[in-house]
Amino acid sequence: MMRYSFFIGCQIPSRVPQYETAARAVLKKFGVELADIRQFNCCGYPMRNVDKKAFLLSSVKNLALSENQGLDMLVLCNCCFGALKNAEHIMAEKGPLQDEVLGKIREMGLDYQGKTRIRHYLSVLYHDTGIAAIKKQLHKTYKELNIAVQYGCHALRPSTVTQFDDPVAPSLFDELVAATGAKSVDWTNKLECCGAPLIGTNDALSADLFSRKLEAAKKAEADFFCTSCPYCQIQFDTVQQMLVEDNAGQKPLPSILFPQLLGLSMNIDSQTLGLGANKLDISKIESYLSKDKE
Amino acid sequence: MVFTVSLYASLIIFFLGLIYRGGTWFQREAGFYGQKMSASERFFSALKSMLAVIFSAKIVRLLQAFVLDVLLQRKILKESVLRWAMHMLIFWGFILLLFMHALGRIVTDALFSNYEPTLNPYFFLRDMFGLMVLAGVVVAVIRRFFLKIPRLMTNSMDKYAIGILAVIILSGFLLAGLKITSKTEFSNMADEYAGWLSDEELQALESYWVSDHGLVSSDVTRPFEADVLQQGKQAHESYCAYCHAPAQSAFASYSTGKVLSPAAGAMDRAGFVGILWYIHFLSCFIGLAYLPFSKMLHIFSTPVTIMANAVMDEKKSKPENVATRQIIELDACTHCCTCSLYCSAMMGYEARQNTYILPSEKIAPLKALAAGRDLDEAETRAILEGIYLCTNCDRCTVVCPSGINLRQLWLNAREKLLQQGPAEPLVLSQLSFVRGLNRKKTPADSYPLPLEKADNAVSVKYRPLLDPERSIDLTPPAADRQQASGFENTFSYCFGCQNCSTVCPVVGNYEDPQVQLGLLPHQIMCSLGLGLTETAMGAKMIWDCLTCYQCQEHCPQNVKVTDILYELKYMAVAGVDEGRQNHDQAGGLR
Repeated sequence: MMRYSFFIGCQIPSRVPQYETAARAVLKKFGVELADIRQFNCCGYPMRNVDKKAFLLSSVKNLALSENQGLDMLVLCNCCFGALKNAEHIMAEKGPLQDEVLGKIREMGLDYQGKTRIRHYLSVLYHDTGIAAIKKQLHKTYKELNIAVQYGCHALRPSTVTQFDDPVAPSLFDELVAATGAKSVDWTNKLECCGAPLIGTNDALSADLFSRKLEAAKKAEADFFCTSCPYCQIQFDTVQQMLVEDNAGQKPLPSILFPQLLGLSMNIDSQTLGLGANKLDISKIESYLSKDKE
Repeated sequence: MVFTVSLYASLIIFFLGLIYRGGTWFQREAGFYGQKMSASERFFSALKSMLAVIFSAKIVRLLQAFVLDVLLQRKILKESVLRWAMHMLIFWGFILLLFMHALGRIVTDALFSNYEPTLNPYFFLRDMFGLMVLAGVVVAVIRRFFLKIPRLMTNSMDKYAIGILAVIILSGFLLAGLKITSKTEFSNMADEYAGWLSDEELQALESYWVSDHGLVSSDVTRPFEADVLQQGKQAHESYCAYCHAPAQSAFASYSTGKVLSPAAGAMDRAGFVGILWYIHFLSCFIGLAYLPFSKMLHIFSTPVTIMANAVMDEKKSKPENVATRQIIELDACTHCCTCSLYCSAMMGYEARQNTYILPSEKIAPLKALAAGRDLDEAETRAILEGIYLCTNCDRCTVVCPSGINLRQLWLNAREKLLQQGPAEPLVLSQLSFVRGLNRKKTPADSYPLPLEKADNAVSVKYRPLLDPERSIDLTPPAADRQQASGFENTFSYCFGCQNCSTVCPVVGNYEDPQVQLGLLPHQIMCSLGLGLTETAMGAKMIWDCLTCYQCQEHCPQNVKVTDILYELKYMAVAGVDEGRQNHDQAGGLR
C-alpha cells in the first residue's frame, strides 16, 4: 500500500470540491492511502508573482510538514505541483534566501532536508498503478468518446524541474484517458496554457487564449475537455460558462476532471464524483459508457 | 445606597451602550455593496426578513443553530476539546451564576419558594458555578500567556475580558470565604435573628459556629466542651438552620475561609468584608456598563451572527441585510484566532511580517474603517495588503466558531479598499483569481481601477524608458544594480534566436505584440544583456506573462526566461516598496 500526504491546495476545497471527492474515491480503489495534514497551507503559487520569499516559505513549509511525517506528497493541482517542484529546485541550491527560509522553518519546529518526493497523482496512476491494473478495475468503457486532453503547463514545464513527462510530446495523460476507452484527440495548441493565470489581472487576454483553445478543440471534434488541474478546470468550466452567457449563440464544450472520467467507468457513484457540481453540464458523458468492456 | 445607585447607573450605561452599538449595525458599512442604503431602510429590511424566517420552515434551522452552535458550541468542539471545555465552563458557569445568584431574588425566588443563597442546593451550586468560571479562566490564561501557540494573538480586549471575569469570581470567593469567618457578620446576624438568646446561649452558638461552620472568633477558645457544642447546635437549629446549610457546602468559599483563618480576625476588624463586597459588586457593574464597548458584546452579537448565517442564503440575501450582518459580524469576533491558526496565507505573514495578513487581525482595522476613522497612508497600505494577501481558500470561514461568513466579509471589504485605497501590487498576481471570477459582480467601470493603479505603481519609473522616441542610454549601470538577490544572469547565454518569443502564447495572441507588451521576451533578454534592466522592468510583457514556461522550455541556450521575468517582477515591486519607505521616512502623509 502506497501512502502519501494528500496536498490539495486552496482552489480545490473552495471552488472544485468534486475534484477532491472523486480523486479520493479513485485512488482508494487503487490502494493508494492518503494522509491528511491539516496544517498544510497554500503552496505559494499565487504569491510567486510578487514575493519570492512568501512563495518559498509557503511551499517549503508544506514539504517540511510532509517530511516530518516521513511521507511523500501526492498533489492534485498542476500549479501546486509546479510550485512545490520549483521550490524544491530553488532550495537545492545554496544562498542567503534559502538560509533565511530554512531558518524560519526550523523556528517553527520543522526541518527540510529535501527528502520529500513530490508526485502528481497522474504519475502515481501511470507509473505505480499502471495502465493494466487500471483497466482491470473498469466496469464499463467509453465508446466513440473524443476527449481533448489538457495537460496544463506547470506539470510539464520546465521539464528539468518537474520531470513529469516529455514536454514536447507527452503521453501519460493521453494513455490514462485512452485506458478508459475514450479517444484522446490531437488538437493544435493542446500543450498551451489555458490562460487561467491571467484571470483577474488581464481578463481579456485570458479569455482570448481560452477561445483559441476552444476553437482548436472543437475543430478536432472533441466532445469534452479533460483536465488535471483546478485552474484549467475553472477556466474551461466556470469561465467558459460566463463567456457563453455573454455570447448567447455559442455552444459550450464541457470539461470533465480526470478522476470523474475514470471514476465513472469504475462504477463509482455520480454523487461521489460530483458530476452535478461542474458548472457546464457533463451529464451526457454517461451516454458514452458501454457495458461491454473492450 | 452605593449599591443601588451604581446598579442603576451601570444599567443605564449598559442600555445606552447597547442602543448605540445596535445603531451602528444599521448605519455603518464594512464593504462594497453596489449601493448606498439608509439606516431605516436597513432596519426595516432586516426586520421583514427576520419575521419571514421565523414564520417559515427555516425556523427549524434557526433553532438548530441556536441549540447546537450557541448553547452547545459544537464549532469550538470541532477544533479543540480543551477550548470547548474552557468556553463551556465560562459560558455556563457565568450564565448560571447570573440567573441563580446575581438575579437570585428575582429569578430563583420566583421559581423556588424556599430560596436563600445560604441554603442548598444554591449554596453549593454558587460555589460550583463560580469554580467552573474560574477553571475556564485559568485555561484561558494558560492558553494565551503560557502556551506559545503561533499566531494566537492577544490584545487589550482579550486581557480585559479575562481580567474582569477573574476579578468578579475571585472577589466573590474571597467575599464568601471572609463572610464565613467574619465575627462581625456573625454578631450582626445573631442580633437580628437570635436576639432572644441569653449571653450563655449566644456564646454556645458562637462556639458551635467556630467548631462547625468556619467562624473565626477570638471571643471563644478551643477546646469546646461537648455540652456547650450541644447547646449551640440546638440554638442553631432554632434560629439559624432555617436559612443556613452547613458552610462546608460552599466548599470553595469555605476552604478559602480556612486558608485565610490565621489573618481572618485582623481582616474582619479592618472591614475587609465590606471592601470585598464593594470590589465584587462594583466589578460586576463595571463589567455590565462596559459590556457594549468590550469583547463581551459578543454574548449578543455572536448568537445573532451564528443564527443569521444559518439561514441567510448567500446568493439570495438582500445587499442591505448582508451589510447589516457584516457589521454585526465585526462585533461577533471573539479574537479566538482559530482562523489565523489555519490561514493558508500564513507564510505570507511570516515573510512580510504584516499582521494584517492574518484573518483575526483584519477585524479590528475593518471596524475602524467602518466607523469612518481616518488611518494614515502607511496603515491603510498595510491593511490593504493584509486583506488582499488571501487565497480565498475559505478555511477561515469553515473554522470560525462565531459562525462569521468571513469569505463574504473579505470579498466586500476588499473591493471597497481596492477602490478607495492606494495602489496594491499584489493585484498583479494570481491572488486576483477570485476577483476575476467574480468580475460580473463589480461595476464595469470600477473593476479595472485597482489593476490600473497597481500597474502604474510598478511601472511608472520604467515604462517611459520604452518610449520609441527616446535614445537608449548604453552607459554601463552601477555594478550593484545587477546583483539583485538570486538573479541568475542566464540571459547572458542568449544568442537571439527568438525561439522564446515565437513559442510565447501571449505574443502569439496579438497582431502587433510589441505595441501591447512593450518588449517581447527575446527583446527583454537583449535589454538585460545591454544592462538596460530598468527598461526591461517597464515592459508590460512581464506582467502579462502566463508563467507557462514555454520560453524557458524551448530555449536552446538554457536561458531561464520565465524565472528572469519573475525576478524583474520582484525588482519592480521592490521599487514600489522602496519608494513608499522613502516617502514615509521623508515625513509623507502622516
